[in-house]
Amino acid sequence: MKAQNFSIMGSNKTKSAVEKVAQWVFTFCALCAVFAVFSITAYMIINGTPALAKVGVTDILFGTVWKPTAGEPSYGILYVILTSITGTALAIFMGVPIGVMTAVFLAEAAPKKLAKLVKPAVELLAGIPSIIYGLLGLMILNPLVYKIETFLFKDSETHQFTGGSNLISAVIVLAIMILPTVINISESALRAVPKQYKEASLAVGASHMQTIFKVMIPAAKSGIITAIVLGVGRAIGEAMAISLVSGSVVNFPLPFNSVRFLTTAIVSEMGYAADTHREVLFTIGLVLFVFIMLINVVMTRVLKGGAGNES
Amino acid sequence: MKKKSVKFLGLILAMTLTAALMTGCGETTEATTEAAAETTETAEVATEAVEETAEVVEEAAVEEVTVEGSISMAGSTSMEKLANAIAETFMEKYPSVTVTAEFTGSSAGIESLTAGSVDIGNASRELKDSEVTAGAVQNIVAIDGIAVVVDTANTVTGLTKEQLVGIYTGEIKNWSEVGGADQAIVVIGREAGSGTRGAFEELLEIEDLCVYSNEIDSTGAVLAKVASTAGSIGYVSLDVVDETVIALALDEVEPTVENIKAGNYFLSRPFVMATLGEISAQSEAVQALFTYLASDEGKQLIETVGLITVD
Repeated sequence: MKAQNFSIMGSNKTKSAVEKVAQWVFTFCALCAVFAVFSITAYMIINGTPALAKVGVTDILFGTVWKPTAGEPSYGILYVILTSITGTALAIFMGVPIGVMTAVFLAEAAPKKLAKLVKPAVELLAGIPSIIYGLLGLMILNPLVYKIETFLFKDSETHQFTGGSNLISAVIVLAIMILPTVINISESALRAVPKQYKEASLAVGASHMQTIFKVMIPAAKSGIITAIVLGVGRAIGEAMAISLVSGSVVNFPLPFNSVRFLTTAIVSEMGYAADTHREVLFTIGLVLFVFIMLINVVMTRVLKGGAGNES
Repeated sequence: MKKKSVKFLGLILAMTLTAALMTGCGETTEATTEAAAETTETAEVATEAVEETAEVVEEAAVEEVTVEGSISMAGSTSMEKLANAIAETFMEKYPSVTVTAEFTGSSAGIESLTAGSVDIGNASRELKDSEVTAGAVQNIVAIDGIAVVVDTANTVTGLTKEQLVGIYTGEIKNWSEVGGADQAIVVIGREAGSGTRGAFEELLEIEDLCVYSNEIDSTGAVLAKVASTAGSIGYVSLDVVDETVIALALDEVEPTVENIKAGNYFLSRPFVMATLGEISAQSEAVQALFTYLASDEGKQLIETVGLITVD
């Protein structure tokens, strides 16, 4: 073995060259991400606004009749927007409590053996492709919801029966889909709460449950809100799974109505849309994009506001 | 040194394999790459199956051929069975020709044709004036019946034209009004760009008046939905009807080949394989395809698939 010379200043030139190159590489990678976001935003705006000018902002955003291929086409997407909002909200209302409770269970209340069973199950759930949820919804959920529907509207004269493909089926599928995200992140947030909080709370005489609900969950608030934001992002952006179970007819979003979401509207018609119809579909994409940006901004504000109050 | 040479050898081997793959596939690779770029999932599976059959047959065939090249088709999902059958048998007859088909919907298919991205556009309806002015020439290769199907538990075996119109415009909501059990009618149809839907609504003169509870994206999916939902009614291409559903008699005429040929069953539409310009102006391969379809062999193929030949 040759004796190797070590010198602090010896390889100075190589070191600083490596440092500089590394700096450039990291900056380039970061710029790639920024570039991607900017170009997507620019593309959506460029392609989404011509239809707003052609058809009229109020006609598109506040119109209720969606008949793009009729003799006199009408491009009102109000019901579609409402459906996305309602569907996501309902999915969050259903999924987040279950998710957070499961996270509490996993982090705090689970006996070791049960935790061993539940944790891998949750991780497996996170890995299932969304189309599988759609297929299962189609085969298992739809017939079930149809039975409930026939029971509830037995004597109704005006209800249009949907055979189980309606808002409530889509909401259930979405709620199950956001569970893994919410559970994993909430659990991490709960585990990250400093032990001192829990110990102090127990020391002053609070019960375990009181500690969890009054001390730990508020302390983990920012993590739980992150979980909700990610859950909302997944729910509002889901297209394939719910296109199989939601019925795809533009209606007011009542639980047992066949509905169309912003995402499924694009999916089901992009294949054959022409001219104005196609441009309106891009506008729908723009609306979706704006919604997601809005939710992220609002939620971050709430987060910052919460964290600010704490300190 | 030894490690270096092994690495080098591995690299050479990998490059040789890649080069072999490229040259081995030749034209086929290019054609399929183009097709794959525009394909839906169903089409990809169909294209692969067709390719495999072609490869197997290519090895076995000994025929002397003068026709070679590639033919690309796009369009109606109702014509999937026919398109795949034509592709398979034509490639068997002329091993040097590759036939690929995508299933994007009638309107999308004709649009692809007029845009010049495919050789043949399949439509399960007559061509619109705008499509003819854009240069598409209507070549009717078969007649297809549209069957109105219900699930097997339904006791209704036939409807009159007025009853059918009533059901699809939302006036008749319960099977008891047309002689069946007391069960709500779940009205299932196709999406707005579908040739089947266009033909169905045009023949019944209820364009823009239909009230659907489910708008589904393909003939196969409609069949599956009707088969699994009690009280549902839907329309599909006659050649896909199987034992999982019952095809209703309309105005007391059963949906059979004989009745359609005799002109008694009123729900029938042409299967059009449109070309950009007359057949005589197309490539040799396309001309050979149309000659084949007009021959006795071709007519037999059309009948095996369950369609009616044009005399």
